[in-house]
Amino acid sequence: MALVTHTSMNTDDAAAPDGAAASREPVISVSGLTKQYGDVQAVRGIDFEVARGETFGFLGPNGAGKTTTIKILCTLANATSGTARVAGHDAITERDAVRRNIGLVFQDTTLDTYLTAEQNLRFHAELYGVPKAAVVPRMHQVMDMVGLWERKDSLVSTYSGGMQRRLEIARGLLHAPHVLFLDEPTVGLDPQTRSSIWAYINDLKRREDITIFLTTHYMDEAEHCDRIAIIDHGKIVAIDTPEALKASVGKDRVQIHTDDDAAAIGALKEAFGIEAAVHEGAVTFSVPAGEQFVPRLFTELTVPIRSVSVSRPSLDDVFMSYTGTTIRDAEASGTDAMRAMAQRFRAGRR
Amino acid sequence: MATTTTEAAAASGPGLVEQIRVAVPERGLRHDLRATGIVWRRELIRFRTDRLRAITALIQPVLFLFVLGTGLSSLAGGNMPPGISFKTFIYPGVLAMSVLFTAIFSAASIVWDREFGFLREILVAPVSRASIVIGKCLGGATIATFQGIIFLILAGFAGVPYNPVLIIVLIGELLLLSFTLTAFGVMMAARIKQFQAFMALTQMLVMPLFFLSGALYPLSGLPAWLSVLTRIDPLTYIVGPMRHAVFSHLSMPAAFEQRFSPAITWAGWAVPLGLSLGIVAVMGAGMMAIAIAEFRKTE
Repeated sequence: MALVTHTSMNTDDAAAPDGAAASREPVISVSGLTKQYGDVQAVRGIDFEVARGETFGFLGPNGAGKTTTIKILCTLANATSGTARVAGHDAITERDAVRRNIGLVFQDTTLDTYLTAEQNLRFHAELYGVPKAAVVPRMHQVMDMVGLWERKDSLVSTYSGGMQRRLEIARGLLHAPHVLFLDEPTVGLDPQTRSSIWAYINDLKRREDITIFLTTHYMDEAEHCDRIAIIDHGKIVAIDTPEALKASVGKDRVQIHTDDDAAAIGALKEAFGIEAAVHEGAVTFSVPAGEQFVPRLFTELTVPIRSVSVSRPSLDDVFMSYTGTTIRDAEASGTDAMRAMAQRFRAGRR
Repeated sequence: MATTTTEAAAASGPGLVEQIRVAVPERGLRHDLRATGIVWRRELIRFRTDRLRAITALIQPVLFLFVLGTGLSSLAGGNMPPGISFKTFIYPGVLAMSVLFTAIFSAASIVWDREFGFLREILVAPVSRASIVIGKCLGGATIATFQGIIFLILAGFAGVPYNPVLIIVLIGELLLLSFTLTAFGVMMAARIKQFQAFMALTQMLVMPLFFLSGALYPLSGLPAWLSVLTRIDPLTYIVGPMRHAVFSHLSMPAAFEQRFSPAITWAGWAVPLGLSLGIVAVMGAGMMAIAIAEFRKTE
């Protein structure tokens, strides 16, 4: 089930992460992690592990503690208590070792827009000590992967938002990290660009031996993950595969079109004791195991049915059932609006 | 689904992936030097592509030298020996000024980078903070010196001879000054997070530093309060040697040189030129060390 299980920490430092031998050891393991900013407790004791090759997503509203957790894992912040190990090294005491093994794509751009794309990548290669002979071929490879090699000599300031994000993904991969961290990789992008970014990420999963850790507050993006942790108010409230999480909600949504909706609603109540209502022009109700319910529906419902659709619960339903609120309501505090404003402000000054 | 993916990745291993092997090395001196090199090179690239900055940075010293220098010549002219103008007198100080803004502005880009996120790209790199700060200070020093060299081309208009030895000495002194100024800026930028605040604070400090350095007037015969303030100003210890270098390549009566380019004194003791330059160098190194310590901190 989707409850948080306290995973036992692997305390003995196993083989180096650089070898394939380490594949049994989790690539990321976090235990009892907390982070306090003044009076605010951003992270309130979380535990999880990410296996090698996995795509693991942190799903939650803004301010839930996603970015704080990623900052600790990426060595950009100290934990108040607890431990975090990334690629076989302690994220707090072995920063450099962790840094060598991770690639980062932040939610706000971290490119130098006054340099060309190639200059940005070269800067990164030198900073990460990529062997000199490998710099150009690897640059070519990662830029090809995101379809930007032809534009390598353009100033980054001439790139669109989606191109900049793609370039950042390429840069994050340049030094062949074992773990790629993506903090809200598609925030602020239009839907078409978002889906193209995901096409690149999925392609990347096929081509490189890499573990991906990402945060998102988009439900549909969480679907791309092998496993998801739902985080709310600094705590993990559920952690499992998207399928298992959705199954844990227990009920499927059934929508039927009938000749007489009012009669159908009455008959459903009478025959099955189900409360149905009209949503989106169809009689809608929730039942466990929807597919198995449909045959009974046809035999026992007297009202003629024109069409039936059964849908699994969405991650929206999952989030709702674990936190008692929708992700949009949780963000009603307006952090998204603030971010949008900040981005406009920055764009204006550039 | 999770398990299948994990197993597939584990089974295939790196063999399946047509990947260029890019093992990031353990940290070492060579790696740190490459980091310093690229941070330095980024400053140069940005200076080269930003011609407008180089031109605007030239405007202020040109105004001081030609407008203020020419205008005040009629006042000061009577005191000058034949062949030496007031412009010649203020040239070394204005030359020092020509690197001031470029050096500080180069450090300001750290604040800028922080606001636009690029600093984070630098700070998560597996290199020592020292290599980054040193690269930044040397980069700022280099481009500020270039800026100074542009102004150095105008030396002839101020009656300063194009003597190769003099030019080399002045460039060396400019490099030292630029380094210390950039280190000062980087130290400030490590703490100050807002661009506006940084610019306001540096502007507030830069003009007093310039005015108290003796760039526009001789340090001899000053009232006690001003005399003390000039000795506190670090810029004094570079303007003095620069003027000394220029004056030693001009022919003038010894009395005049005594009066207009006196040695910097501490309670009557003349500070040797070497010590004067040493003070500037030590200050630069000290401020750079503070900056490195600041960048080592993690939230």
